[in-house]
Amino acid sequence: MADIWNSFWHLAFWQSIAGRGITILAEVLVVIVVLLIFVAYATYFERKVLALAQLRRGPNVIGPFGLLQPFADGLKLMVKETIIPAGANRVLFLMAPMLTFTLALVGWAVVPFYEGGAVANINVGILYLFAISSLGVYGIIIAGWASNSKYSFLGGLRSAAQMVSYEVSIGFVIVAVLLTVGSLNLTNVVMAQQSWWQWLLLSPMLVVFFISGLAETNRPPFDLPEGESELVGGFNTEYSAMTFALFMLGEYANMFMISALTSMLFLGGWLPPFGWDIAFLKWGPLPALLFIIKICAVMFVFLWVRATLPRFRYDQLMRLGWKVFLPFSLFWVMVIAGVLLATGTLPNPQ
Amino acid sequence: MAFLDSAARSMFLSEIVKGMALTFKYMFKPRMTINYPFEKGPLSPRFRGEHALRRYPNGEERCIACKLCEAVCPALAITIEAEPREDGSRRTTRYDIDMTKCIYCGLCQEACPVDAIVEGPNFEFATETREELYYNKEKLLANGDRWEAALAANLAADAPYR
Repeated sequence: MADIWNSFWHLAFWQSIAGRGITILAEVLVVIVVLLIFVAYATYFERKVLALAQLRRGPNVIGPFGLLQPFADGLKLMVKETIIPAGANRVLFLMAPMLTFTLALVGWAVVPFYEGGAVANINVGILYLFAISSLGVYGIIIAGWASNSKYSFLGGLRSAAQMVSYEVSIGFVIVAVLLTVGSLNLTNVVMAQQSWWQWLLLSPMLVVFFISGLAETNRPPFDLPEGESELVGGFNTEYSAMTFALFMLGEYANMFMISALTSMLFLGGWLPPFGWDIAFLKWGPLPALLFIIKICAVMFVFLWVRATLPRFRYDQLMRLGWKVFLPFSLFWVMVIAGVLLATGTLPNPQ
Repeated sequence: MAFLDSAARSMFLSEIVKGMALTFKYMFKPRMTINYPFEKGPLSPRFRGEHALRRYPNGEERCIACKLCEAVCPALAITIEAEPREDGSRRTTRYDIDMTKCIYCGLCQEACPVDAIVEGPNFEFATETREELYYNKEKLLANGDRWEAALAANLAADAPYR
């Protein structure tokens, strides 16, 4: 059996363009399906975590422990009618959720689940992710504009300003990590096991990155673009059924993306925690599993923050972004660069 | 020093961390909500739910068509028509309650001299159509038969205070 299996994978066909196309397609399919299942269960997980924090029960009727709830929700959204407002720009109105959803998915192409295990293991992986997450704002601002509604428009504007502001400090955080690692390839970023003092040096950046990530994904306490208490539903006020579902899926996929980035940049991706050398954690699919567990742990913090903190006011949000995070991250990049230079641990010195 | 103190507090997010610790602690506390359709909260014997027309233990209906409930009903939800039965006793021929008008004030059961019309402990009588909420005498008597044990117990429990 194993012989057949091996000879099957060593066929010349798999080296041809068609064969590689098929393998890549299969990889893409696996990543997307797994991601979408996780996204579906993230909604369930979120409701359960919020319920626990508020001493409630959460969904518990559909299936054992309510585990089939995401599928019931999905079915409901699929069966409902997509309402397009009379004054809306039909093309853009329908394009915006697709854009958001697609951009939330394509980022996963460069995320390595084990050593070199990305769909596209490119050398500028981290720049690619940064670019994709910056593009994400278009889906939201197009949705806000195309809806032809005041609430949607205000939500879109808020979202654009907010995401642009926090991308600046995310950029500096990434610069700081790249300084210590010396590579833009995500596999190298993870494999460059930082020593404990380097990690200590980077740990304030972890906090800045995570909080900026909350703002970047429009999550509480920075969910002003949705701001249901003042903007009804923000940029997705006019959306219904599947168009709305695509926004939700995109939002949760983006949260997973930020969680994955956090675990790749700061928590060591698929490597065992604390730099322990545990042989058994390198066996078979366990690294990928470990990576997924780390992602879910960061995801839990996302939900935990939502359960704890009230929404920021918009001026507080802008103050935090421009007057606290930006100067701090800029300063800390200098500190890290200085320490690396002083200790002679700068990678790739010229 | 006060400046340093507040600066350090905000730098290290100490208040946010404290708040997060509190919510984390709450995740392990017992839940306050009951698992509603499967377990239900306690109801007072005076609870005013769905109406019922009661009978005497020998099966005779209690209502004597005095129309006090119809007169007292502030929502004008009750409609009664009456005429003497063959045996000469005065009974209703029609006893309708429009449950969509009813405000569940309980004045009908207070007005009733023979404890015939009562509001029982049942509050789960939602229907799919409006028409089903126009209760007639038959439906109200059926309710009475169905809930008699609970109704009698509630009346007995409340009797000392009346």
